[in-house]
Amino acid sequence: MSNFKVFLKGIIDVSPLMIPVVPFGLIFGVLAIDIGFTPIETMAMSLIIFGGASQIVLLQLFSGGASSLVIISSVGAVNSRHLLYGAVVSEHLSDLKLVWKIIISYFLIDQAFAISNDYLKKNKDSNRYFHLVGGGATCWVIWQSTTLLGIILGAAIPEKLGLSFAVPLTFLALLVNDFRKFINVIVIIISGLVATLGYNYIPFKAYVIVAALAGLITAMILTTKMKKNE
Amino acid sequence: MIALIKKEMFNDRIREVLSFVPSAIFPAIIFPAIFINDKGLFEIDDNPKILAAIIAMIIGIISRSIIATIFSGLTSYWFLIFVV
Repeated sequence: MSNFKVFLKGIIDVSPLMIPVVPFGLIFGVLAIDIGFTPIETMAMSLIIFGGASQIVLLQLFSGGASSLVIISSVGAVNSRHLLYGAVVSEHLSDLKLVWKIIISYFLIDQAFAISNDYLKKNKDSNRYFHLVGGGATCWVIWQSTTLLGIILGAAIPEKLGLSFAVPLTFLALLVNDFRKFINVIVIIISGLVATLGYNYIPFKAYVIVAALAGLITAMILTTKMKKNE
Repeated sequence: MIALIKKEMFNDRIREVLSFVPSAIFPAIIFPAIFINDKGLFEIDDNPKILAAIIAMIIGIISRSIIATIFSGLTSYWFLIFVV
């Protein structure tokens, strides 16, 4: 297949996964404006960070008055799953030039990883990475355009609708597959409890990081125990 | 990370733990957003967000659909605050 065809296949494969990105982008744009960011700042966030969950965490902490250090480390923690994506995909990209690797790592987001990881495993053509570029570029276009639409709509949506409730709902939606796994459910409960109980007591609004660490430590202990019992 | 990291640096154990990152981080956003009000107080009585979140969670578990989860949560929230 030609480079363009592989690129096109990436676009087609990722398209169904773009449906949930639309409300997510809208919510981000609307909330950012609501909190008091300028349209340019809001757009720049989407262009630079290009990561939905972490951008909404940023808004949440910023509106709660957290310090820059806490916000930056929380955003980093939310995005740390991309370390995993990078590590998994890297074996397929080892022959590429550094510039290409950097471009691809910018586009390596959840949805693009989900579809291209399968493709990269099954195909051995030297241009197979165009699939990832196609998927990533599609996500990029959808994310930027829905952010922009949210910015425009932001002023028109009444506060009474309580759209900020869409934030926990969005994150809840991202966990739907984890509710079926025992260890994940325990991790979810531990992290949620630590964050809620520590919300007013953990200094510097660092409750996201503290709760996440508590959750990860729980996961480590439980997975180790499970292995021993096998 | 693709550019900087060699595959060998990530063993299976680290991969396994990293796969729990969403389950460990997202609840830290979800729970306070539901249970703690604008004034920073714990709120459990007369809090429509709790029921709406439970409905969304059940719909999410059944449907496995991101859209259905968000939509059912928001509509039940609006139903609870505007109609009930």
